[in-house]
Amino acid sequence: MYDRELQYLAGGVIALLLVGSLIGSIAARRQMSEASRATVANLNARMRGWWIMTAVFGVALATGGIGSIVLFGFTSFTALREFITLTPTRYGDHRALFWAFFIVTPLQYVLLGVEWYGMFAIFIPVYVFLLLPIRAAAAGETEKFLERTAKIQWGLMICVYCVSHAPAILVLLKIPGYENQNAKLLFYFVMICEMSDVLQYVFGKTLGRHPVAPAVSPKKTWEGLIGGVAATVLIGAGLWWATPFTPLQAAGICLAITLMGFGGGLVMSAIKRDRGIKDWGTAIEGHGGVLDRIDSLCFAAPVFFHLVRYYFTVA
Amino acid sequence: MTKHLAAAFLRLLTGVTAHWRGCAPDVRQRIYFANHSSNLDAPALWAALPPPLRELACPVAARDYWTAGWLRQHLAEKVFNAVLIERKAPTARDNPIEDMLKAIGDRRSLILFPEGGRFPGPDPVEFKAGLFHLAKKRPDVELIPVLLDNLNRVLPKGELLPAPLIASATFGAPLRLETGEPRNDFLTRARQAILDMRQN
Repeated sequence: MYDRELQYLAGGVIALLLVGSLIGSIAARRQMSEASRATVANLNARMRGWWIMTAVFGVALATGGIGSIVLFGFTSFTALREFITLTPTRYGDHRALFWAFFIVTPLQYVLLGVEWYGMFAIFIPVYVFLLLPIRAAAAGETEKFLERTAKIQWGLMICVYCVSHAPAILVLLKIPGYENQNAKLLFYFVMICEMSDVLQYVFGKTLGRHPVAPAVSPKKTWEGLIGGVAATVLIGAGLWWATPFTPLQAAGICLAITLMGFGGGLVMSAIKRDRGIKDWGTAIEGHGGVLDRIDSLCFAAPVFFHLVRYYFTVA
Repeated sequence: MTKHLAAAFLRLLTGVTAHWRGCAPDVRQRIYFANHSSNLDAPALWAALPPPLRELACPVAARDYWTAGWLRQHLAEKVFNAVLIERKAPTARDNPIEDMLKAIGDRRSLILFPEGGRFPGPDPVEFKAGLFHLAKKRPDVELIPVLLDNLNRVLPKGELLPAPLIASATFGAPLRLETGEPRNDFLTRARQAILDMRQN
């Protein structure tokens, strides 16, 4: 399938990656202090991570719907694995956990594959919400029951339900006048989401003075938030031609994505701080775990999906 | 080939990563001793070792469990190079310590679970004397405490189906049996070395 606009977007991302890698390799050759050496090494590790993630995402998109569903399915599985690993569960949860990983997670993505929107939307919030605690109660362990049940359900909501709304952009949105172009919209969404992360980091690192919630994350500052959101909204609005939106609509939707993304990062930081950890895992070089990379996407995907579904699709 | 596949599968299933905190990976003769709560402990610790060390490592395992059925026996003998021992009281003819010493010779290493069984509690139970006898007979072999974490959540005792959480194996600083150190002092110290790694 030949889509010139999608090629422009992909070309733009590759150009940005090239610039980032170039800056990184020039910086690595300069003489400098131990601290800045560590920063540059981290930048280069992150750039390698970005190249790999972009390549994997590109291949998944190129294979059409099924590739993207499988990629996000594995992303959910890995994220849930990181989440449950760092969340204390007890012996009585074992069977419920087996269900969560090997039945609930695949089924959510199968529902996408067969394009059954009604069940996709309620499977985890209704059926799993009711059935998993029944399984755990049947195992007979009552200690901290509500707490354990809530944690497993929360992990499924964030890592599986919310993440599955990203490939749902590809499969479940029927936008008049935008037929067969949903891959471009998914690319646009993921790009805005990740760009917002990067720009908030860059503005925070260069101008950041006043933390938004110092007890949760001293690195998330007002300067980073405002600078990152403003820059991302401008870029997102400027790329309106790749979307079904007008420039003003694109700006509004990007504002929603970036603010939800910031909130997602903040919530996941609060959990990490409570558990006394810095990263969720070590799966992606320079970025920590999968959950560290997609925390903003988790929160933004359902909101983006439903905004587009409500305002731009026909029933 | 089978060995590499088995190790890759185990690493994928358990997500096990090795943290070399108190020592570096080395092909010298060692006894790795670890806490034991899951049937996956020995295979996962074996898989967490880098390939050259894995090639030299022999997990000590219960004969009755690992000879039940063709698959287990094949895995124990051909893949893990396990030293199979009797769980019941040793006799003069069937002494597990002699079997272990014979198995490692002057080149190989041992993976040992000194609790002598799997226990569900969070802390390892008191160690049996095997580790002490081995240390006494082979003072030249390094004793490495290993803390296995999360494997009892991946596959708890009595369960058949795994939950794919991420496990870890932390390798501590080598221990040595001091001259004249009483048996119980040494065993307590060895157990404490594993517990200490959990604290920080």
